[in-house]
Amino acid sequence: MSTEFLTIFKIIVSAAFVDNIILARYIGLCPYIGMSSSVANSIGMGMAVTFVMVLASIVTWILWNYVLVPFGLEYLRIMVFILVIATLVQLVEILLKKNVPNLYRAMGIYLPLITTNCAILAVTFLGVDYGYPLFQVVIYSISVALGFTVALILLAGIRERLRLAKVPNFWQGYPIVFIATCLLAIAFLGFKGLVK
Amino acid sequence: MREFWHYFKNGLLGENPVLKLMIGLCSVLAVSVRVDNCLGMGMAVIFVLTCSSLVISLMRNFVPNEVRIPIFIVVISTFTTIVDLVMKAYLPPLSKAMGIFIPLIVVNCIIMARAEAFASRKPPLYAVADALGMGVGYTLVITAIGVVRELFGYGEFLSHPVFPESFQGMMAMILPPGAFLLIGIYIAILNWSLRRAKR
Repeated sequence: MSTEFLTIFKIIVSAAFVDNIILARYIGLCPYIGMSSSVANSIGMGMAVTFVMVLASIVTWILWNYVLVPFGLEYLRIMVFILVIATLVQLVEILLKKNVPNLYRAMGIYLPLITTNCAILAVTFLGVDYGYPLFQVVIYSISVALGFTVALILLAGIRERLRLAKVPNFWQGYPIVFIATCLLAIAFLGFKGLVK
Repeated sequence: MREFWHYFKNGLLGENPVLKLMIGLCSVLAVSVRVDNCLGMGMAVIFVLTCSSLVISLMRNFVPNEVRIPIFIVVISTFTTIVDLVMKAYLPPLSKAMGIFIPLIVVNCIIMARAEAFASRKPPLYAVADALGMGVGYTLVITAIGVVRELFGYGEFLSHPVFPESFQGMMAMILPPGAFLLIGIYIAILNWSLRRAKR
């Protein structure tokens, strides 16, 4: 029991902080740069990503282990996974709009953006590559999404401050955002070696 | 022919996908640790981008507007699968170094963005010109970052030592912070030079 708990704890810490999907693995940078202009936006985006990431990794895990592997179709992985994610996002959007309008209002506008979010696809690939059982895949995807949200909110906080700061002419806009990201990444290097 | 060059040049600097449009960043930062990885990634992206732009442009009159996105995805993922399998078979070390970023070409925003904004509206020749320009522009940026990172991170160029024995690599250049720092500097330089050229 305790070793199982330890494995899960390791998955959470390594996925959320040590191997943070944005700052250590460079995946999902487009929404990271695009959606981090305010803290409110980044919270909505984080929620939407968490939701879709967990759903997508469960569905693709089931497909991979019960359809693709038994039938020897591993080479179709890229196509199947991206289509499943695209369909899933559409489905979730329609269901939320009809049944949970409050939640839809909170994260609806972010859902279409998620289809081409490489973080989602990467998590489904990595979950399969690591060979986790289903429960650990769920834990893994939740913690990756947590790491994504933390990084997004941190950068959004910095950018809200940056708006008041005097930035040299050519560094305004994206360049200074990348410099801030660089400093954040240095801070996250401190987690290196936390989990062996 | 003149228009071909016009669309080709567009992607190189004025609308460079990475530095100007801010798309396709993930693979640029992740792969650019060594120059040979950069060139491999550039080739892979040029291949997928050109082939899928050509196919999408040829299909543009038959594809109903409502289902165009899934069809684009199928076309792009077909070519990505081809690249993935070919690299695994013939260039295993390169494929291993790039790891998950080869399959992730399928969600590389450059390809989807060009398919949606350009290839699905223009005839095949222009679509190919645009795709080649964007692909080469991408490769230029990724290689420019790769040269600096390899030089300062390992003290090598294309795996040949450049500096004397006593040189110690800068860890930060190999790790994520160096990549973020470099791309920030490059965008600032491009902004600066474009604004100077305008004056």
